[in-house]
Amino acid sequence: MINSRVIVQLLIKDGKLIKTRRFGKSKYIGDPLNAIKVFNEKAVDELVITDMTATKNGIDFDLVQKMATEAFMPICYSGGITNEVDAHKLFKLGVEKVCLTSAAISNKLLLRQLVDTYGSQSIVVNINVKKNIFGTLKVYDAASKKNTSLNLKEHINSVVDIDIGELILTDVDKDGELCGLNLELLQYVENVSMPVVITGGMKSANELVGASMKGASAVMAGSCFVFHGPHRAVLISYPFGGGYKIMKDMINDRV
Amino acid sequence: MIGVIDIGISNIGSVLNMFKYVGHEAKGISKKSELEACSKIVLPGVGSFDKGMAQLLSSGLVDTLNKRVLEDKVPVLGICLGMQLMCLSSEEGSSLGLGWIDAKVRDFRKSATPPKKTPNMGWNTVQVKKPIGLTADFDPETRFYFVHSYYVDCTNSSDALLITKYGVDFVSAFQVDNIIGAQFHPEKSHVFGANFLKKFGSM
Repeated sequence: MINSRVIVQLLIKDGKLIKTRRFGKSKYIGDPLNAIKVFNEKAVDELVITDMTATKNGIDFDLVQKMATEAFMPICYSGGITNEVDAHKLFKLGVEKVCLTSAAISNKLLLRQLVDTYGSQSIVVNINVKKNIFGTLKVYDAASKKNTSLNLKEHINSVVDIDIGELILTDVDKDGELCGLNLELLQYVENVSMPVVITGGMKSANELVGASMKGASAVMAGSCFVFHGPHRAVLISYPFGGGYKIMKDMINDRV
Repeated sequence: MIGVIDIGISNIGSVLNMFKYVGHEAKGISKKSELEACSKIVLPGVGSFDKGMAQLLSSGLVDTLNKRVLEDKVPVLGICLGMQLMCLSSEEGSSLGLGWIDAKVRDFRKSATPPKKTPNMGWNTVQVKKPIGLTADFDPETRFYFVHSYYVDCTNSSDALLITKYGVDFVSAFQVDNIIGAQFHPEKSHVFGANFLKKFGSM
């Protein structure tokens, strides 16, 4: 059985598809609905929609509905979820999973309520990880653009204890850099019982093989699926067959 | 016309859109009269068993649904939680299910050979147990998207349409007469799901 996934992250800023570098400077990619149509044809394993501006502007339910309706693959929505009503609306609009980042830090009660109401399989937590000046990994807060005082291992344990369905680890320093995933992050989740997704810096979908050997269930990326060449020309691409094909080819090569 | 039951916590938008994409007419339904009028029924669902059952009961549709499915023998497709609600009960909660299928819904984590990771989240292949129209052209590459922590365990093994291995061999789809249940999400399984829903619509 092969169920490793290669997930595409679509980053939204004020209703437009963009891509950041190290959570900072962003480049305009295009219209999110057009992008989904292209990814439909390429039979993508899964999409994660991250709305960077939802915390500030509120969740753009209209856009989420259009995106979820367009997508013939699973969608996880992330950005600006602060209460159960938000989650309820998002599921009704057709997303399979919702992902909490800030709320998973500040509102464990909400996280617990969501797991109880919708089941673990629908609730994802993302943790943004960044090294501090002493080289220690800390949990990063994208809204204030600062590291929190939270210890990574403790934060992981606190959300895992709530029995969430999936954990995403994002390396902030590698975001958009196309320098390769930081597989070292996976040592922090060795004993975690739920699927783990690793993201930040991926340059090739084939990194799934190494990540999966270290325990990841999926890899996720934005830049390597929307940019082409050294000048980062916008070109949407995705290896047809996704994680299934990559892992199968790997197994066949070894036999 | 295919009626997709809208019990409040399910994602009917993508199901409707996939039917449209494969050329079948479908719409969301929440009234008895609409249920009486449709030629096929889809019962989608995400969420927990008790909550899903409570939503279904409070919708007031259960009697009409039982009549349409058990007496009128209208083809019905349960998706994910919708499939589980067709069973007798679930280890996830204390509510009784619709009881159309002699099956119990079990917890992966309590199985004899629990999978390393629960929930089962991702793409997986299926083994065809009954080559009926819906499954006739499946090949070893055919795969679907799954998101679930509980699985269906049929009392009669002949009810199983598809089997998938995840720690245990579980029933990833069943079929008894006009009643079909799929644990996976065909509406989110791009080319494979489109093919599956196209054939259900043509049954």
